[in-house]
Amino acid sequence: MTVSELGLLNILPILILVVWACVLLLLDVFVFPKREQVTPLLSAVGLVVALIYTIPQFGQPKEAFNGMLVIDGFAVFLNVLVLISGLVAVALSYDYLNRMGMARGEYYVMMLFSISGIMLMTSAADLIVVFLALELLSIPLYILAAFGRPKMESEEAGIKYFLLGAFAGGFVLYGIALVYGATGQTGLTGIVEAASGGLENPVFLLVGAALILVGLGFKVAAVPFHMWTPDVYEGAPTSVTAFMAVGAKVGGFAALLRVFMIAFPSISVDITPVLWGLTAATLIVGNVLAVAQRNIKRLLAYSSISHAGFILMAFVTYGDASVRPEATAAVLFYMVAFAITSFGSWAVVIALEHAEDRGLELEDYAGLGRKRPALALAMAIFMFSFTGVPPTMGFAGKLYIFRAVIQGEYYGLAVLGVIVSVISAYYYLRVVVVMYMREGDPETHSEGWLNLTTAVTAVGTVVLFIFSAPLFDWAAQAVLRMF
Amino acid sequence: MTPDVILFLILAVVAIASALGMLLSKNAVYSALYLILNLATIAVFYLLLGAPFIAMVQVTVYAGAIMVLFLFVIMLLGAEQLRRARTLGWQQPVAVVLAVVLVAEATYIIFTKTSSLPDIEAAEAGFGSPQAIGELLFNQYLLPFEITSVLLLVAMIGAIVMTRDGKKKE
Repeated sequence: MTVSELGLLNILPILILVVWACVLLLLDVFVFPKREQVTPLLSAVGLVVALIYTIPQFGQPKEAFNGMLVIDGFAVFLNVLVLISGLVAVALSYDYLNRMGMARGEYYVMMLFSISGIMLMTSAADLIVVFLALELLSIPLYILAAFGRPKMESEEAGIKYFLLGAFAGGFVLYGIALVYGATGQTGLTGIVEAASGGLENPVFLLVGAALILVGLGFKVAAVPFHMWTPDVYEGAPTSVTAFMAVGAKVGGFAALLRVFMIAFPSISVDITPVLWGLTAATLIVGNVLAVAQRNIKRLLAYSSISHAGFILMAFVTYGDASVRPEATAAVLFYMVAFAITSFGSWAVVIALEHAEDRGLELEDYAGLGRKRPALALAMAIFMFSFTGVPPTMGFAGKLYIFRAVIQGEYYGLAVLGVIVSVISAYYYLRVVVVMYMREGDPETHSEGWLNLTTAVTAVGTVVLFIFSAPLFDWAAQAVLRMF
Repeated sequence: MTPDVILFLILAVVAIASALGMLLSKNAVYSALYLILNLATIAVFYLLLGAPFIAMVQVTVYAGAIMVLFLFVIMLLGAEQLRRARTLGWQQPVAVVLAVVLVAEATYIIFTKTSSLPDIEAAEAGFGSPQAIGELLFNQYLLPFEITSVLLLVAMIGAIVMTRDGKKKE
């Protein structure tokens, strides 16, 4: 087979990342003496080059490797999001790692590998590739979570995430085996064709799909598979948590959406009630438990669970062909909104964090409004965006999600979404109240890349809200070019 | 009795005996050695069934690489002599019950369902041969193969990052 037959050029961005990661690893060993300072810059260069090659792909859908990968609008949209997230994550990590004495070249190499895993996941059109991409996404994250070694909490986070992640990976694999047993296919389109022809054992397909849902539900931290989230988010180095919160979610939801919409529309009648329950549980548990948190990292962990719930809300409608494009576009838009707000809020957390986990309690934010007005304003913007108050991206994201849910006539879920949004206002606004209304003298860090990240995400949260209509149109076009 | 059946019977006895030996020996090194014998016997079963590739993989990967690792770990930890473990006391009765259930299930299925099964057609010539697998692996499944290689690389780097001390004495 030749290069063009394989479609190697169509997956050039992924190839660039993988090769670049290997090159960086070697450069790290042989070339640079002060390598921890050079590797982040070089890895950012790799991400930018991959981004330059990704953006023009937003055209006709292309295939690679005999249809195992599909580079369509959906994949390109998410790949752009993931690559930009990677750049932000590198900017966030640089100062933090130096300050905490964790700076090592392998950190960024692991991040590049994880990003290439996410990009494979967004375009995977075969269950085998879905599984392998999931592992390629996760294994670097396990290592990154434990990067604060020999700090106990970080080691605990790493081993906990590793064990539970491997367990969840087993569920996905068993699900894939059952789906293969039922249909004789692993390709997503092949599964649909086999299922439409009538199956000898339809139960296998259903159980297989359910197991895949469990495994991917774990990755996106949906309740009841969320137990690991607060501990891992709290224990992992904060810059890793920021990357993990966005990266693992984007990868997990990309695979969930594509696998279920392309391969399992025939069993939506059975799956939809399960999804409904999962969504309701995620929304309620995430938001209610967040109220009790005093540690900012745990608060944001539960917040990230609750946002997985909002994304799942739109996913519930996947069986309804008339709502599906709109709902998928809403999910894509919401992921952009979540990514930008989430990175911003983690940047503020990093600005206040000190060695040995000091500066992570809610009380440590008292007086921030007076001492660092700009930083406090940014945090306030992120909290408003998480709550869903205009003029922020969070508001626009929720608007599109609710619109899709109401079009799909899931009124109960919409009402529940509004109720939990009100609950969430309590704990998000509490952060704002502490920052502005309480007296205190917080110690903060002011570092170039960190300030830049905070500023860019804060401005982006507001400015992108103004341009939310064109952004949503872009997402809608991306979905239309799916397959 | 054809030679195949005779061979099968001998192998079956060896397989069961080595499995029992693995479970019952007090010394963990002996257990590991019995397991190697067991895995090798099963590799010969695969050969009898006309699956040479799986037989070779069984020998190289399981009986070879993985068991060497097992032996290393046992000897490094000095865990040859098993102490009487008291912590999982409930395990033995549960294991017996589950084993009985499994045997009962298997017996039931063998005596009631086998007559209704359709005849198995012989696989086409060359099915499962190393050549056929290689052709599939490097054409249709090239991408999974490549991703796996990256995955192993990442796992290896990760293991080194996790064990090596970051701050070198310069």
